[in-house]
Amino acid sequence: MNDKLVHLMADLKEKETIAFVKELIKEGADPREVLDSTRAAMEIVGKRFEKEEYFIPDLVMAGEIMKGISEIVKPLLKKGESSLKKGRVLIGTVAGDIHDIGKDIVTFMLDVSGFDVLDLGIDVPASTFVEKTREFEPRVVGLSGFLTLAFDSMKKTVEALEKAGLRDRVKVMIGGGQIDEEVRRYVRADAYGKDAVAAVNLCRQWIGGRS
Amino acid sequence: MKEDAAELYRQREKRVNDAIALRVPDRVPIEVLFGFFPAKYSGMTIEEVMYDPDKLFDAQLKVLLEFQPDMDQGPFAIRFLGPLLEALDFKQLKWPGHGMTTDHTYQFVEGEYMTADEYDHFLLDPSDFMVRKYWPRVCGNLKGLEKLAPLHGVITYYMGFNLSIAPFSLPEVAEALAAMQKAGAEAARIAAHSRRYTQKAREEGFPMQTGAFTQAPFDTLGDFFRGTKGLMLDMYRRPDKVIKACEKLLPIMFETAINATRMSGNPRVFIPIHKGLDGFMSEEQFKRFFWPTLQELMQGLIKEGCNPCPLWEGDCTSRLPIIKDIPAGKACYAFEATDMSKAKEILGETVCLRGNVPLSLLIAGTLEDVRAYCKELIDVCGRGGGFIMDSATGLDDAKPENVKAMFEFTREYGVY
Repeated sequence: MNDKLVHLMADLKEKETIAFVKELIKEGADPREVLDSTRAAMEIVGKRFEKEEYFIPDLVMAGEIMKGISEIVKPLLKKGESSLKKGRVLIGTVAGDIHDIGKDIVTFMLDVSGFDVLDLGIDVPASTFVEKTREFEPRVVGLSGFLTLAFDSMKKTVEALEKAGLRDRVKVMIGGGQIDEEVRRYVRADAYGKDAVAAVNLCRQWIGGRS
Repeated sequence: MKEDAAELYRQREKRVNDAIALRVPDRVPIEVLFGFFPAKYSGMTIEEVMYDPDKLFDAQLKVLLEFQPDMDQGPFAIRFLGPLLEALDFKQLKWPGHGMTTDHTYQFVEGEYMTADEYDHFLLDPSDFMVRKYWPRVCGNLKGLEKLAPLHGVITYYMGFNLSIAPFSLPEVAEALAAMQKAGAEAARIAAHSRRYTQKAREEGFPMQTGAFTQAPFDTLGDFFRGTKGLMLDMYRRPDKVIKACEKLLPIMFETAINATRMSGNPRVFIPIHKGLDGFMSEEQFKRFFWPTLQELMQGLIKEGCNPCPLWEGDCTSRLPIIKDIPAGKACYAFEATDMSKAKEILGETVCLRGNVPLSLLIAGTLEDVRAYCKELIDVCGRGGGFIMDSATGLDDAKPENVKAMFEFTREYGVY
C-alpha cells in the first residue's frame, strides 16, 4: 500500500495522482499494489460520501481518476491476475425509463467495492431481467428508475421473477428519484436505497465481504 | 366571460397572490403540474396528445373543470410537441414513435452536446456556437448548418459578405433552412393553440399559474450543453470556464423570462431547478457555481415586477439558509422532497412555500395516507398563510381518486 497515492487519490487530486502513478510504474512498482492503493482510496472516498463530506460530483471525479489509473495499470497485469470478486449483482433501469446517471454511479461503486456487476443498461424489459438472472445467477438484483412510471415496471419485474421461480434466489433492491418505503412495499422489493453507498451496504449485508 | 366566472377568476388570482405576498388568503390555494395525467384520465395515449391538439385541449379542460385547481398550466408548449420535434428530427428527446412506446412519457436524452474544449467558442459567441455546432447536433434536420461560416463574420460588403455568405448557397444549408421554416410553422401552431386554451380557461374562471419559463444558468449549461457528468467534472477541471459560461447565460435566461411575461401579461415565472440539490454538489460548490447567477436572475426578475417560481427538485434541505437571501414576499418556492417544516421555519417570512405530496402516496398510498399528509402540510406550512398545496412533482401516473382526495381535503380543511 502506498500512502501517498492513497491520499492523493482520496483527495481527488487528478493530475497529481495520474502523474504519481506513472512515476511509480516507471520505477518498477508492482501494478497490483497500485490497484490495492486505489481501492483503499476508494474506500476513503466512500466513507467521506457517507459522512456527507463528499457528494456525487466527488464520486464521479473519483471514478474518472480510477479510470485513468486503470488505463495505465491494466495492460501490465497478467491474465487472471485481477482480484477475486465477492458476489454477483445484476443491475438495470427498468422498462420505459431511460435515466442512467444514478444507476451508473451505483454500478461503479459496487464494482470498486469488489462486486461482480452486470449492468443491463436502460429501458430493460422484465423478461430480460428474468433471463439474465437465470444466466448470471446474481445474489442481488438492483432495479433503478427515475420516473413514476418506473413503479409499475419495477412491480412487473419482481412479479416476473416470482413467476419464473427465481424470486427466492435473489434479494431485490430498488432506487431512484421518487423511490421510498411506500414504493418498496408497492413493488415488493426487499429494500430500497437512497444513494450508491446505501446500495453497497445492502449488498455487503446480503452477500458479505469486507466493510 | 360569464359574470360568475369573472368573479371566480378574480378570487383565484387574489388567493394565489395573497399566498405569494405572504398574506393570509381565504383558504390554502391548490395548484398542480398535471403533466400527462389528463391524457391517462381521458383514456388517451401519450402519443395521441402529443400529436392531436384537439385531444390535448379536451383532456386538459376535463381535468381543469373536474378538479378545479386555483390556477391551471397551459399544456401546449410542453405536450403538443410531436409535429415540431419531427420537423427538426430532434435528438434530445425520446417520445412515442421515436424511441418510446405510445404510452410512455417523453424523456430527455442526456449528452455532451458541447464538448469540454468548446467553452471558448461558446463564450465568444453563444449564438454562433448554437447555430453552427449545437443545433446540428440536437436536430438531425439542421445538420447542414455545420457548413456555415461564423455568423459574426458577416459584417459588410468587403468584410464577410463574399466568404461568409457563400455557404448559404449549399444544398445542405438550403435543406436545413427549409426544415427551420417547417418547424417555425409548427411552433406557430403550438402558440395559437396555447392562446386558444388560455382564453378558454379564462372564460371558465381559471388564471394560468405562470406566464414565462426560464432556468438557472448552471442548469441550462448542464442539462442541454455539457451533460450532468460533464459539468460535474468541469467544476474540478475548468472551474473558471463554468462560472464564465453561467455569467454568459444569465442575461439570456433573464431575457427569455422577461419577453414571455410581457407577451403573456402574467408576472409569474416558472424555474425548474435540476442540479443544485443536496448531494449533487457540496455547499461550497453550490455557493460558488450554482447560486450566484440564479440569485441574480431572480433578483432581476423581482426588480421588473415578476414573481420567480422555482421548483426545487429533489431534496434541498441543506440549501435553505442560502436560498433565503432574496426580497421577501415576491417569490414562490415549490419543493419536491425538502423537509417542509424546516422550510417553513427558515423561509416562512421570506417566500411562499409550495408542495409537496409525494407521488409515491398519490400512486401507491391509501386515501387516508394522502389526507394525513395534506393535513400535516396545512398545519405546519399553512400557518399564517404563505403556502400553496401541490404534489411533489408532475402528476403523470397518479391515481385519480388519490388526486381527488388531495383536492377535496385541501378545499375543506385549508379554510383560514
